[in-house]
Amino acid sequence: MAENKKSLGSEITKGIIKENPTLVMLLGMCPTLAVTTQASNGIGMGLATTFVLLGSNIVISALRKVIPDKVRIPAFIVIIASFVTLIGFLLEGFMPDLYDSLGIYLTLITVNCIIFGRAEMFASKNGIAASACDAIGMGAGFTLALFIMGSIREILGAGQWFGMDIPVLHDNPMLLFIMPAGGFFTLGVIIALVNKIAKRKPPQELGCHGCPNAEACGKAGGCQ
Amino acid sequence: MKSLMIILLSAMLTDNFVLAKFMGICPFLGVSKKLDSASGMGLAVTFVMICATIVTYPIHHGILVPNGLEYFDTVVFILVIALFVQLVETMLKKCVPSLYSSLGVYLPLITTNCAVLGVTVLNIDNSYSFLQSIVNALGGGLGFMLALVIFSGVRKKMEYADIPETFKGVPATLIAASIVSVSFMGFSGLFS
Repeated sequence: MAENKKSLGSEITKGIIKENPTLVMLLGMCPTLAVTTQASNGIGMGLATTFVLLGSNIVISALRKVIPDKVRIPAFIVIIASFVTLIGFLLEGFMPDLYDSLGIYLTLITVNCIIFGRAEMFASKNGIAASACDAIGMGAGFTLALFIMGSIREILGAGQWFGMDIPVLHDNPMLLFIMPAGGFFTLGVIIALVNKIAKRKPPQELGCHGCPNAEACGKAGGCQ
Repeated sequence: MKSLMIILLSAMLTDNFVLAKFMGICPFLGVSKKLDSASGMGLAVTFVMICATIVTYPIHHGILVPNGLEYFDTVVFILVIALFVQLVETMLKKCVPSLYSSLGVYLPLITTNCAVLGVTVLNIDNSYSFLQSIVNALGGGLGFMLALVIFSGVRKKMEYADIPETFKGVPATLIAASIVSVSFMGFSGLFS
């Protein structure tokens, strides 16, 4: 793995900013919108996803020569779902509060496009060390995005941050921001801001290239 | 015990899968550009949701619970859904080609749609009966289709709008989704 060694550091950092899975590649929208009513939930979801991503990336990378190409999607699904079950147990045992507030979205990590996309695009083509670094970077980027979303929505919508009251805002919270509608709005504005700062042309479509269904989606006339 | 009508309407309107529970956002944003693809996708999701419920419910209550294996739910459900979608695709292609030509292209998209896995897990979490589960899946699917069809209309209008350069594309779509979601908030409190 000599060719991987020099770039391990960049595998980690690229996921945080340049290829941030949520804000730049627009993957994993469902959990980003659903659990970010509080900053702490966002971090919890981000770390849980990072755990699953790290585990599945390592295992898939280790098995990449064993898994036949034709059955790779079911094989990936089983590996990912096993890690999701595992993190479900760990959270239920050690952090029951977080387990309750994430609820069904913890199970739905299984179908998170970030994990599938990284398995398909990176882990199935690269060595174990590089895949692990990629997972850590992508997980950190996802956690960061969820933390920003969660902070904005909690501060504006509830007038709190990590449960601490914020003066003025706490007396007149803008409830809309913790409602589902506020989630869509906040994410839209953040993506627009990221584009503005990066001086990039805004993305016209979702990050479908990372999705195992990209091909079928194109045929349906949707995701191009 | 909630009555079936309440389950159906709350899954469709107050707890709309897309606009209130954020499940299936990818197809919602990806396949809602045109009305016909939105309604096709909606129909296919409704169909698969109902079938997935019919298949997973007996597996959970008949095989996993008696053996104390409930924690395998996630692994088993996602595999069953993936296999099932393949099966339906093959069967439709062979037996009902006309239906296949209209729904076929959407079927592979559904395997990793979180709304389908979500509805099967929600049915178990809420300890619904078999009939209630099917009604919940029907309501969820119809609600998904409703959201997609409404949103395809909104997006058609958006094409003529003069949007600031930074917001063009996905940001504007998300903000439009937020406004559609506000309109669905009007349904909240319909049932308590």
